[in-house]
Amino acid sequence: MEWEAVIGLEVHTQLATKSKIFSGAATAYGAEPNRQACAIDLGLPGVLPVLNAEAVRMAVMLGLAIDATVARRSVFARKNYFYPDLPKGYQISQYELPVVARGHLDILVDGVAKRIGITRAHLEEDAGKSLHEDFQGLSGIDLNRAGTPLLEIVSEPDLRSAQEAVAYLKKLHQLVVWLGICDGNMQEGSFRCDANVSVRPKGQEQFGTRAEIKNVNSFRFVERAIEYEIERQIELIEGGGRVVQETRLYDPDRDETRSMRGKEEANDYRYFPDPDLLPLVIEDSFIEQLRASLPELPQAAFARFVRDYGLPDYDAATLTAERATAGYYEALVAATGGEARLCAKLCANWVMGDLAAALNRAGLPIGESPVPAEALAGLLGRVLDGTLSGKLAKEVFGAMWAGEGTADAIIAARGLVQLTDSSAIDTLIDDILAASPKQGEQYRAGQDKLFGFFVGQVMKASKGKANPQQVNERLLARLKG
Amino acid sequence: MHTQTLAELARGLAAGAFSSRELTEALLARIQAHDGALNSFITVTPERALAQADAADAARARGEFGVLTGLPIAHKDIFCTQGVKTSCGSKMLDRFVAPYDATVVAKLDAAGMVMLGKTNMDEFAMGSSNESSWYGPVRNPWDVRAVPGGSSGGSAAAVAARLLPAATGTDTGGSIRQPAALCGITGLKPTYGRVSRWGMIAYASSLDQGGPLARTAEDCALLLGAMAGFDARDSTSAGAPVPDYRAGLEAGLDGLRIGLPKEYFGAGLDAGVARAVEAAIDEYRRLGADVVEVSLPNAQLAIPAYYVIAPCEASSNLARYDGVRFGHRCEAPRDLVDLYTRSRAEGFGAEVQRRILVGTYALSAGYYDAYYLKAQQIRRLIHEDFRRAFEHCDLIAGPTTPDVAFDLGEKADDPVALYLADIYTVAVNLAGLPALSHPVGDKGGRPVGLQLIGPAFAEARLLNAAHRFQLATDWHRRAPQGFA
Amino acid sequence: MSMGPEQVAATAQLARLALRAEDVPAVAGKLSAILDLVEQMNAVDTAGIVPMAHPLELSQRLRADAVTESDRRADFQAIAPQTADGLYLVPRVLE
Repeated sequence: MEWEAVIGLEVHTQLATKSKIFSGAATAYGAEPNRQACAIDLGLPGVLPVLNAEAVRMAVMLGLAIDATVARRSVFARKNYFYPDLPKGYQISQYELPVVARGHLDILVDGVAKRIGITRAHLEEDAGKSLHEDFQGLSGIDLNRAGTPLLEIVSEPDLRSAQEAVAYLKKLHQLVVWLGICDGNMQEGSFRCDANVSVRPKGQEQFGTRAEIKNVNSFRFVERAIEYEIERQIELIEGGGRVVQETRLYDPDRDETRSMRGKEEANDYRYFPDPDLLPLVIEDSFIEQLRASLPELPQAAFARFVRDYGLPDYDAATLTAERATAGYYEALVAATGGEARLCAKLCANWVMGDLAAALNRAGLPIGESPVPAEALAGLLGRVLDGTLSGKLAKEVFGAMWAGEGTADAIIAARGLVQLTDSSAIDTLIDDILAASPKQGEQYRAGQDKLFGFFVGQVMKASKGKANPQQVNERLLARLKG
Repeated sequence: MHTQTLAELARGLAAGAFSSRELTEALLARIQAHDGALNSFITVTPERALAQADAADAARARGEFGVLTGLPIAHKDIFCTQGVKTSCGSKMLDRFVAPYDATVVAKLDAAGMVMLGKTNMDEFAMGSSNESSWYGPVRNPWDVRAVPGGSSGGSAAAVAARLLPAATGTDTGGSIRQPAALCGITGLKPTYGRVSRWGMIAYASSLDQGGPLARTAEDCALLLGAMAGFDARDSTSAGAPVPDYRAGLEAGLDGLRIGLPKEYFGAGLDAGVARAVEAAIDEYRRLGADVVEVSLPNAQLAIPAYYVIAPCEASSNLARYDGVRFGHRCEAPRDLVDLYTRSRAEGFGAEVQRRILVGTYALSAGYYDAYYLKAQQIRRLIHEDFRRAFEHCDLIAGPTTPDVAFDLGEKADDPVALYLADIYTVAVNLAGLPALSHPVGDKGGRPVGLQLIGPAFAEARLLNAAHRFQLATDWHRRAPQGFA
Repeated sequence: MSMGPEQVAATAQLARLALRAEDVPAVAGKLSAILDLVEQMNAVDTAGIVPMAHPLELSQRLRADAVTESDRRADFQAIAPQTADGLYLVPRVLE
């Protein structure tokens, strides 16, 4: 039988606010245990929550970016359950009336475009962490993360393969980072994914029983966990078994998912509107103001890069993967000037090539590049006007990265200007030919490959500065002559 | 000094008749001498009080003082006080010392008031008799066999016994007005949102409201002015400016329309209480008020709706008491579930556990619509009843309670009978309205209270009416025998 | 409606309250009496009535995104039953 997987993703994005969603405690990652947990985060008696405006603004931004409906009135509810990392015994979340509903995201898998529905996105507070280190047989609870704002983004079960799931996840990751509402750091848990996976015979409309895979924290693991889970379910059903609805955990070391038995004892969350918080009302004027201030979205930037800069799809996609990269590239093109297409492609090659490599080696984001776009433009201008060869340009870039100054200053200091004076090049050629009579005879006798030898000698004599194209042309003329 | 009201004591301090230290020492001595019979305090704080009194005297000497500077107060033990135990009447919090002050505490501190201690209460404010306190029941100073009412029973008994002139309380379903009535004093439950709930331990968040208990409406006006106001730390705090509640106290009542809901005078109301209430209404007529009949057709649904909504909210509000970060923790828990279930079963008393169970059940899958949602629909009907009634009157008047104080233990094993003691008070909380109870008579030596209910934010009108009544009568001046 | 012993036990489990088996019948009796009281609500038809969750029919106020709290771990943990290395300790949380 042919099987089809049905996948829906729930993504928890930590919003990049300074303070928590309901308290004034800091959200910075990595503090010593419980030093960023205030009385509200700890759920001490008598404390009350007050909603962070920035978390609301970020949720609305996402809603606008995925073309969703932003609820004019949404309600915070309490999700009641006992767990040591949940200080109040309930999580403040949104249940019946989320702030964002009915949006979508377009993905591309193997050249095929597909629209993935987003059911809802709601605001809620994060829980703390249980540390399973052994304190005389006890667990330690760190509540620094408790109360960090989360936007839970729930997709429709529109995904049909692990590849689609990862494409969707990457697209969503790109978007939230692009919008500046999430730092996207998956190792630190800023962007976490639960996957609902089921299988059904191809052609069947009804969904199969689904399993939920919890907290998978890298794109690679999401793909592997889903693939494993699809296989497991198919094998189970084909072996005469039945999938049970349960929560499973992916173990990357053993590359398998396994049931989280016991933790799932009949949950009854007893949601009800949180009486400490009033309905969240979002005015049309606020939405319109945000819509006007929304940055160009990655999809639109990609299309524009292909259209306006004449870039290949691959280049446009790479350059619009992150907003900072796209911004750098555009600033670079604008500052470099020159013939448009030539300039656009040269700039793309540099941003994706030497600059990316150098940033990668140094472990720096593009926004902290020691060679800003305006400086790099100074270098590429000298390439476009023929002052520098590609090789020399790399040397100058290295010096700029090391902080030796502007491109022009380095060119002057090192005497790196390209030799383009024809008579000077002819002199060099004549000298080499005079010094290599034997090779000259052999070339004329038909050993064409010796041409490369002459080019190399001339370039060496010019210390690499001679314009290679001119050397080629003039050398050919001389040898024929 | 102990027989004087806050307003009178303020004049004494201003005139230099006595210092705040002298006043504080006298009242501390009185608490020491008399509270053994009442059990109205959980904690008395003499050192802190005397230090505050000295600071108040010094401030007065420097010319930096307000009307409340140096005057005594006690807080219901539901208000968090930094450095002083806040038990909420529960074993769960027997050793809980809050690392912060409630906004009400901070405001009255800032006004220069001297805190004498923390008063006894029903556990987590759940009760109408003060018998659910882990610290033992409070006794009614009018008759120590009788309950003082609850849940602010300690505050009401202490004020009635002249241990001090005023105390704070909280009112979720009548917990200020009912004990005020049973103890023969004046208590005001403000409009929901008028007084900040920050640091006030939650029972049912959409109903809880702090307010003053004192012997006179004038003193309630003085205190409310200092307690009320917007608080950025409480999302449900009202932004409306706080008027000067004393400014309008003296205004005449000519033309004031008082509505009598016929549903509050039917079966279930004790005849003696009815007589006292009717006499009080006559007094209001003499003072110039026009009395009209109004109807609150869904009044009988208030108790059922309240006993769904309050337990639902409570079951969630009290989930934080889990033995992990503060509060009672059982000995040697075997595992997590054992830690939770035993810490909570040991830390909470029977009535608290009952309400947690009722609320948990009512919110659970399959029952939510039939209980919680239904109760919230009835809440709207009740709210609408009041809105329509206030189209025909300025205030609503009626009995605060169906009967005078009952005996200790009388209803101890019958929660439903006890719940019915709140029959005239809970609707006000469901609708979020302000209401006041003031003494208007007695039956067999036990006081009767009259409840005045106003539209939202009409506290000044309530205080004005009660004050005029108190200028014309002396029920509020009568002291229980042995505590005069 | 009356609440049976099983429902009482299940509700107590959900509410994390240890109930002694011998107390269950008495608790069930009292809870059933309370449910009978609250079910007087059924006397009125509320079809179409919008539930009222809150007496203040206002909207949520927002606070500016600013860090206003400083580290008070020592104060907070002074009232905690059991801590070590700044962590609250509980019986092992099973994965």
